[in-house]
Amino acid sequence: MNPAGFPEQVRRAWAIAKKDIRIYYFKGPVLIFGIFMPVFLFLAFFMGSRQLPLAFLISGLIGMTLFFTATAVSPAIFPWEGQAKTLERLASCPITIEAIVLGDMIASVLFGIGITFVTVIIGLALGLALLHGTTLCAAIFLAACCFSAIGMLLAVPPTNVPSNIMILSSLIKFPLVFISGIFIPLEQMPAWGLALSVCSPLTYFTDLVRYSFTDAHFFPVLVDIAALGVFTLVFTVGTMYLHKKTMPKRM
Amino acid sequence: MSDVIEVRNLTKVFGTTIAVDHISFDVWRKEIFGFLGPNGAGKTTTVRMLTGVIPPDAGTATVLGHDISREPVLAKQGIGVVPETSNAYTDLTAWQNLMLMGELYGLDRARAAQRSSDLLGTLGLLERKDQKVQAYSKGMKQRLILAMALLHEPPLLFLDEPTSGLDVQSTQMILAMLRDLNRQGTTIFLTTHNMEEANRLCHRVGIIRGGKMVAIDAPEKLKTAIDRVHRIEVSFDRDVPGDALAGLAGVTAVNRTGDKWQITADNHDAAIRSLMTFGQQNGAAIVTLNTLAPSLDEVFLRLTQEGRP
Repeated sequence: MNPAGFPEQVRRAWAIAKKDIRIYYFKGPVLIFGIFMPVFLFLAFFMGSRQLPLAFLISGLIGMTLFFTATAVSPAIFPWEGQAKTLERLASCPITIEAIVLGDMIASVLFGIGITFVTVIIGLALGLALLHGTTLCAAIFLAACCFSAIGMLLAVPPTNVPSNIMILSSLIKFPLVFISGIFIPLEQMPAWGLALSVCSPLTYFTDLVRYSFTDAHFFPVLVDIAALGVFTLVFTVGTMYLHKKTMPKRM
Repeated sequence: MSDVIEVRNLTKVFGTTIAVDHISFDVWRKEIFGFLGPNGAGKTTTVRMLTGVIPPDAGTATVLGHDISREPVLAKQGIGVVPETSNAYTDLTAWQNLMLMGELYGLDRARAAQRSSDLLGTLGLLERKDQKVQAYSKGMKQRLILAMALLHEPPLLFLDEPTSGLDVQSTQMILAMLRDLNRQGTTIFLTTHNMEEANRLCHRVGIIRGGKMVAIDAPEKLKTAIDRVHRIEVSFDRDVPGDALAGLAGVTAVNRTGDKWQITADNHDAAIRSLMTFGQQNGAAIVTLNTLAPSLDEVFLRLTQEGRP
């Protein structure tokens, strides 16, 4: 066994993920927040925008659910652990910072996917037809990776005060929802809105979900997938690099 | 003796403060090395650099043959760390904490479970292994941390104030375990404020002050080195003339205190030999003979207060 080798580090990242799920995700308030927050947002828009078709709104609900759940807890894990000194314990263990970040991302991906499938089931129960199941599954997986990397990026500032990170997180997450074609179809957006929406990975995911349920899409499917892939790669590499820089400042 | 830790010009700067200032020292295999210093001297910063928690700004530290900056994972694989403050996951049980450590150190599940049972049994925590750590007392948390540090049987163990604030039972349990571990070959790097603990446990101590190493040696050597003039207390079974004692080799002054003589010597070895010979030649048996070396506390205070106003 080479402790510094890639397979061994991935194995240790999985241990971090299991720890995160046990400590941070399997908690009543987190699960309730993960499910209810997107549902209430959806209901608010469903009641206020009756002219929008259900399939459009359910696609938006799925987009929001994955986005909010995959970024709900991960930004606060490092500040929490820094405060509790457990991060120092991890830092003295034979695991790289990249593997710790990967572990946190895996937990966030699994949580996001799990909750999102609940939303998909709600959509199917409401009578929506799933036309492209494989595309939906691929999109959910890819977007979950991308959003969990965003969640970890939000945790880069080396503060051990979780509320600071949560405020920053909300400041970035909520505007993204409104520029990503969730409540306003991309076709109806002004040019400046469209220019903003192409910068959001959530746009491509929502587009893919709509394609999966309605066969309609704004961007070509391959462009959506490629864009999500590029965002995921850039955010993952970026978050690992930046955490390596800022981690010693948390200690 | 080979070195398990080699520190060369290790330096850490926080803003404008030099926390650790180009320190160099070695820790030998199978020794208990005490790392002493007043608050803010740089002890914890040094330990954090040696355990890979924070990177040094200059200098090198080799731990078990691996540079802690270049090969941190390989260096950390062979060490166990017991920090001053318990940092187990309080939302997990003791067992879950140990299993997590097992996975992070690459132990297979069966081995981790066996080691965990053994360690929890030895440390008196087995019956409460499935209880969340948040319900543990400070002593129990510290024992759990020790178990977590020992799970992978590291050849090198770092301990930062392991018995600070603990009850006598927990303290004795931890100290006894450290002695046993050392007897079995574990090298121990012990940071402590407790001079008595350091005096009784450590083969060598290093004293740091203001980020610089000011002394490093065996406790007894440090005690004798601190005072160039040594004091010896001796009593005989009969009266002996003071001027005869004062004339002995190595003796510089003699004072009578009750039935004892306090002898000041510039060479205590020569003085003791002379006293033995004197007793034999004059038919005076030695009843008691004590060397009055300074305590490690005095050594510590002397070394850490030198140069202060």
